[in-house]
Amino acid sequence: MTNVPVEGIAIPEVAHPEPQNNWRKYFSFSTDHKVIGIQYLVTSFVFFLIGGLLSMVIRAELITPQADLIDRTLYNSMFTMHGTIMIFLWIFPSLVGLANYLVPLMIGARDMAFPRLNAAAFWMVPVFGILLMTSYFLPAGTAQAGWWSYPPVSTQNPTDSVITGEFVWILAVAISGVSSIMGAVNFVTTIVRMRAPGMTFFRMPVYVWTVFSAQIIQLAALPALTAGAIMLLFDVAAGTAFFNPDKGGNPVLFQHFFWFYSHPAVYVMVLPIFGVFSEIFPVYSRKPLFGYRVVAVSSLLITTVSVLVWVHHMYASGTPGWMRMLFMATTMLVAVPTGIKVFAWVATIWKGKLRLNTPMLFCLGALIMFVFAGITGVMLASVPIDIHVNNTYFVVGHFHYIVYGTITMGMFAAIYHWFPKMTGRMYYEGLGKLHFALAFIGVNLNFFPMHPLGLQGMLRRVSSYEPEYAFWNVVASIGAFLLGMSTIPFILNMVGAWVQGKPAPDNPWRAIGLEWLVSSPPPVENFEELPVVVSGPYGYGKSDPLVENAAALKEG
Amino acid sequence: MDSSISTEKPDVAIAPHAAHAHEEDHAGNSMFGFIIFLLSESVIFLSFFAGYILVKTTTPNWLPPGVSGLEVSKPAINTVVLVASSFVAYFAERALKKENLLVFRLLWLLTMAMGAYFLVGQAIEWSELEFGFSDGVFGGLFYLLTGFHGLHVLTGILLMGIMLFKSFVPNNYAGGHTGVDATSLFWHFVDVIWIILFILIYIWQ
Repeated sequence: MTNVPVEGIAIPEVAHPEPQNNWRKYFSFSTDHKVIGIQYLVTSFVFFLIGGLLSMVIRAELITPQADLIDRTLYNSMFTMHGTIMIFLWIFPSLVGLANYLVPLMIGARDMAFPRLNAAAFWMVPVFGILLMTSYFLPAGTAQAGWWSYPPVSTQNPTDSVITGEFVWILAVAISGVSSIMGAVNFVTTIVRMRAPGMTFFRMPVYVWTVFSAQIIQLAALPALTAGAIMLLFDVAAGTAFFNPDKGGNPVLFQHFFWFYSHPAVYVMVLPIFGVFSEIFPVYSRKPLFGYRVVAVSSLLITTVSVLVWVHHMYASGTPGWMRMLFMATTMLVAVPTGIKVFAWVATIWKGKLRLNTPMLFCLGALIMFVFAGITGVMLASVPIDIHVNNTYFVVGHFHYIVYGTITMGMFAAIYHWFPKMTGRMYYEGLGKLHFALAFIGVNLNFFPMHPLGLQGMLRRVSSYEPEYAFWNVVASIGAFLLGMSTIPFILNMVGAWVQGKPAPDNPWRAIGLEWLVSSPPPVENFEELPVVVSGPYGYGKSDPLVENAAALKEG
Repeated sequence: MDSSISTEKPDVAIAPHAAHAHEEDHAGNSMFGFIIFLLSESVIFLSFFAGYILVKTTTPNWLPPGVSGLEVSKPAINTVVLVASSFVAYFAERALKKENLLVFRLLWLLTMAMGAYFLVGQAIEWSELEFGFSDGVFGGLFYLLTGFHGLHVLTGILLMGIMLFKSFVPNNYAGGHTGVDATSLFWHFVDVIWIILFILIYIWQ
């Protein structure tokens, strides 16, 4: 890699036309995967802001030991809605949006396999979100049983109303499930059957591998949650007794259904972010991804193992000892393919010519926090530690290092990295770095204190606590407000740059991948002529890829 | 800043003639998508079955009070009819492939009628049972499993109706018959699920 300049942002000094932006198309029933991708991203970000505001109220309540800001019923509904919105309306749809935008471009397809299905799957997201929000106007109030909705708490109905918050919650989550299955069918079909000529599986970017693996989990595990949700809905609305122990039902059965999906769902969320890391580290290090094949296949290994570990969420649910041991072993096994990835990223960065642009900073930050979350994850997989910290803030801390520290930060990295491709304009680097600094400090101030709090025994989902927990709670709340503030420079950056940012070249990062071959933003059908792929996706440092490709074409 | 950077292109080459060799196979995509959708559907049923086995093996008072068990003979006849309908659907599909539209329509109609017979049989069985949907966990699981399966049978009949209607549209099957293939596959799937369900609920009492 001697002939490739590495300093700064490499925007060639050539005139680029002002990108035309017809914003109305984003409000229409478009079947273009790129429009749908951006529809997903913007819609999910709006819900991210709503979920974030709810968390601000929660952290404001927890700044003092007494429950003095909101009553407990409202507090219960707030953490329930915060969790539900962040998981089902921010993380899932934003990841699907990114994949929608990128996958067809990366594999050399003109669109997804089923464009109308794709659009229908998107439009279910705002329907789901609005339905969920309407429960704030119900006489019975919103759901209050947390995002996991365990019976018997979730099946209690002290009001006379049949349409309870829980009822609406289950319906809304069911719509989200249908949308996810439609999306998964579309992604798997697209990746298996729509790749450009020459794009073998082992020439696909790792990002596509991770989306593929994640969507297989959706197909294999989400129906279990659907089954559980159907039964819970009947228990709530029709008086059945599937999970009611008084009439012979088994509440732990719901936990099995729930975690059979919701544990692998963590990998549905985090695998595409691993893909983002695998795309961004090589570009900003100017080095090929270390161990490409192993990294690619490790995604499928994670997929396989992920559906064999769900009982580790149920160590304290009366699970027999032998079963706990079995699931402790399988859970720790996940660390192997995950560890392979972490080592590959570190080896990719190692001795690379690093460019610390905003996407790289977000990725490095997210990787550090992922390693931390991985360590606490192995701790939680251990039965004795889990029994000690079960249902405490330790779990909340671990979980948020994954969902914010890794996934959300990784998502920001992806948005900054592909922003020039999506909009045809460059974002503002200074605002991006300010966003990163505030977010990185905010995440750690917010979520690190939860670990000592949990070890000391502070339970989660409470609005009041013993005064000895006050110090770390104040620190966590300050971190939360800082984290909330960090979103402001992001919004300013995205809106400002999209409206009047500097026009972006087709390939501002000098990245290697099919999506950088097309104009910014890409034309409607992506490629005027479908590309023929002749080598792998990470040829950084080669003397001249074009010469090598031409030679390969001649030979082949 | 180096102007040479703009020459670095992604690691691909363009072959102008390749596009023609890479026509999209829409029918193949649809069939592939439908198969993985069915695999996903089967996980819902497997989840219900797993739940059924778990609850049956761990609940002391499994059957509702006053209920001694389920009558097997009528559901057994229903099972035979449903399984036989799968073969009829298969021969209908073959007739269509040989472009024998008349035989296709007759056999397809017969499959629908056998499906309808199954549904009516199940409705009669439901009306005669002494326990309801909310009578303990057995009542719930029984109606949930048979009802959810029945919903699939009904969906299959509706899909077959649409395909039958489409067979009267001139030249509709000129470009292939993915819809009929997919419906037929769905029908076989519904049959296999019923066999497992029948063994689980009626035989293993």
